[in-house]
Amino acid sequence: MAAAVLLRRIPAARAPAAAALIGARSISDSTAPLTIETSVPFTSHIVDPPSRDVTTTPAELLTFFRDMSVMRRMEIAADSLYKAKLIRGFCHLYDGQEAVAVGMEAAITRKDSIITAYRDHCTYLARGGDLVSAFAELMGRQAGCSRGKGGSMHFYKKDANFYGGHGIVGAQVPLGCGLAFAQKYRKEETATFALYGDGAANQGQLFEALNISALWKLPAILVCENNHYGMGTAEWRAAKSPAYYKRGDYVPGLKVDGMDVLAVKQACKFAKEHAIANGPIVLEMDTYRYHGHSMSDPGSTYRTRDEISGVRQERDPIERVRKLILGHDLATPAELKDMEKEIRKEVDDAIAKAKESSMPDTSELFTNVYVKGFGVESFGADRKELRATLP
Amino acid sequence: MATAASAASSLQYAPHGVGAASTKKPRSVVPAATARGRRGSVRARGGMAARAAANAEAEAESKSGGHEVLLFEALREGLMEEMKEDPTVCVFGEDVGHYGGSYKVTKGLAEMFGDLRVLDTPIAENSFTGMGVGAAMKGLRPVVEGMNMGFLLLAYNQISNNCGMLHYTSGGQYKIPIVIRGPGGVGRQLGAEHSQRLESYFQSIPGLQMVACSTPYNAKGLMKAAIRSENPVVLFEHVLLYNLKEKIPDEEYICCLEEAEMVRPGEHVTILTYSRMRYHVMQAAKTLVNKGYDPEVIDIRSLKPFDLHTIGNSIKKTHRVLIVEECMRTGGIGASLRSAIIDNFWDYLDAPIMCLSSQDVPTPYAATLEDATVVQPAQIVAAVEQICQ
Repeated sequence: MAAAVLLRRIPAARAPAAAALIGARSISDSTAPLTIETSVPFTSHIVDPPSRDVTTTPAELLTFFRDMSVMRRMEIAADSLYKAKLIRGFCHLYDGQEAVAVGMEAAITRKDSIITAYRDHCTYLARGGDLVSAFAELMGRQAGCSRGKGGSMHFYKKDANFYGGHGIVGAQVPLGCGLAFAQKYRKEETATFALYGDGAANQGQLFEALNISALWKLPAILVCENNHYGMGTAEWRAAKSPAYYKRGDYVPGLKVDGMDVLAVKQACKFAKEHAIANGPIVLEMDTYRYHGHSMSDPGSTYRTRDEISGVRQERDPIERVRKLILGHDLATPAELKDMEKEIRKEVDDAIAKAKESSMPDTSELFTNVYVKGFGVESFGADRKELRATLP
Repeated sequence: MATAASAASSLQYAPHGVGAASTKKPRSVVPAATARGRRGSVRARGGMAARAAANAEAEAESKSGGHEVLLFEALREGLMEEMKEDPTVCVFGEDVGHYGGSYKVTKGLAEMFGDLRVLDTPIAENSFTGMGVGAAMKGLRPVVEGMNMGFLLLAYNQISNNCGMLHYTSGGQYKIPIVIRGPGGVGRQLGAEHSQRLESYFQSIPGLQMVACSTPYNAKGLMKAAIRSENPVVLFEHVLLYNLKEKIPDEEYICCLEEAEMVRPGEHVTILTYSRMRYHVMQAAKTLVNKGYDPEVIDIRSLKPFDLHTIGNSIKKTHRVLIVEECMRTGGIGASLRSAIIDNFWDYLDAPIMCLSSQDVPTPYAATLEDATVVQPAQIVAAVEQICQ
């Protein structure tokens, strides 16, 4: 991928501020608008694509850098924790795809809803989740975001309208359309982003849900995070038509460079406006995961190491933003390095704190199976213990 | 009452085994004239029976006279009342809106509440059930109709993983107050695929509640209770029961989701049943009463969880249990109920628990074969006679 073309348009009135920036040697928190071109233009299906020029601010760019670095660090730390057997079962890591989570969040509010599949750690963070509850959940501790009862694939954050966290491929998309239905029902003027992968794109329930969403004009945005591999199967071996943004047929679609956080932001902003006004739209994020499908998958049997390192060199989302920041003199390399060191420490501290949390109490086995239980408490049909408290 | 007690004490323990030879012991014949009926209400068995009897009385002589409805109309009344009271209640299903529902349960609701609350879905059970779950996560109270319960097998993943489990896996953050309902059971020559009994399949799903209605009274009450419940509830209706007629109260009422219904108090044997089989049991009960037996018939209504309180109290009195169900023998509700009874009430049993279920076959089309698939009243009579030896 060609490096981003930087198009700096600083309004004349602000030039002194820019000079002050260079002189001051401190990380910019300026909110002066900055317009940057995306890496590639958007490709669209039956809709006019948005402009390549994305408005951002220095502060926002630095936030992007910070947020994506935290996510990257978290996923790498999770890798070590998994190898140390502190995380068990399935662990699907998102490193490489951070730009999708961060760019999407920048374009929407916490009132919009996001639902995704099992590669959900970073989406949870983007929605305001904290590192300690993320690590605690991964390690099955009480302080976890799902009280240790969900695990890696079941992160949720209700107050931020983050609906998880789903293990069965594709099943979250009808749920997402249901969320969009509720938004329309309540006239909320918000949208739902239902994320899925290139593997899930071949699930029938997606087409069913898209049909219903189009019929009922629901504010549903189906986002295909196309990292080109569905578990161990490359997209060209699983999909007759890997143009996922066109799969909507009568539903418009947009193909986006998912490694460019600004392109993601622009596309999501466009999609949200479109969905609220006109009904569903499909976004295809062209992205890449460095790790294998999960921690049980080395990720190198179906793709070459050269391919992985090639993408890392040319398209890494964090490096792209770093170049933008340095190119616009928004911070020095040393400052960015310090930020990364600080983030590393933050993540390590969070892990230490999460490790302190205890495993859930045995009684937690039976809590939250039902809401408030029943009048007659009987834990399943064959439990010996029966407590009858009739209403 | 005294006669009943002596009748109970004169029953002898019968040897185990189906078809095993047994010596018939003398038994005092209780004349049918002293039928249980109203007497059940006087029995001191705790609030449940009194309330059940009170309900029965309310049915017959409600304060303002009551009104007669068919079962599908009772379901509709319940649904309509809840939709009027709570604007978050909406209905998803095939042909529920403009067509009025293939069993007329939603007739007129689309005109009353509009297209956004009574939604005609395409034939896509997997996704519209999933959408119902998603809408429930976001605070609505959808009622999802499967045109036939069997079609919900296509949505099994959504019902099991998302509907049943999300409250748990999210650590209690999301609740799914959804109602999934539809007609199931063996009809009149509908064929194998349209005669399914899904209660067997759904019963293992943690987090799900299951109820089966059998009368217009409990249909309306359970529908309302299911909609109001914060848990996901599967409401099993039966294709052959939609035209049952009964007088129900004019004033508002709901039924408790977890409670079983005392249909006919008795002394000799506890017959546990649900849905359509209740009627086969009551038909058999007529014959049994004429033969001098006094069966206690309980419509368990709550298939998950079982109302072990009511069931247990009954077993403690009669010491004999017969389960009559329409689902298949293997892995059915009866199988689970049997285990639950054995685990909890073993010491009170004087005879092995008998379970009459449908045959483990796909339901055949031919009328005679179809009749042989399900339990018939004659088999129930024979079973009671055997159990009470």
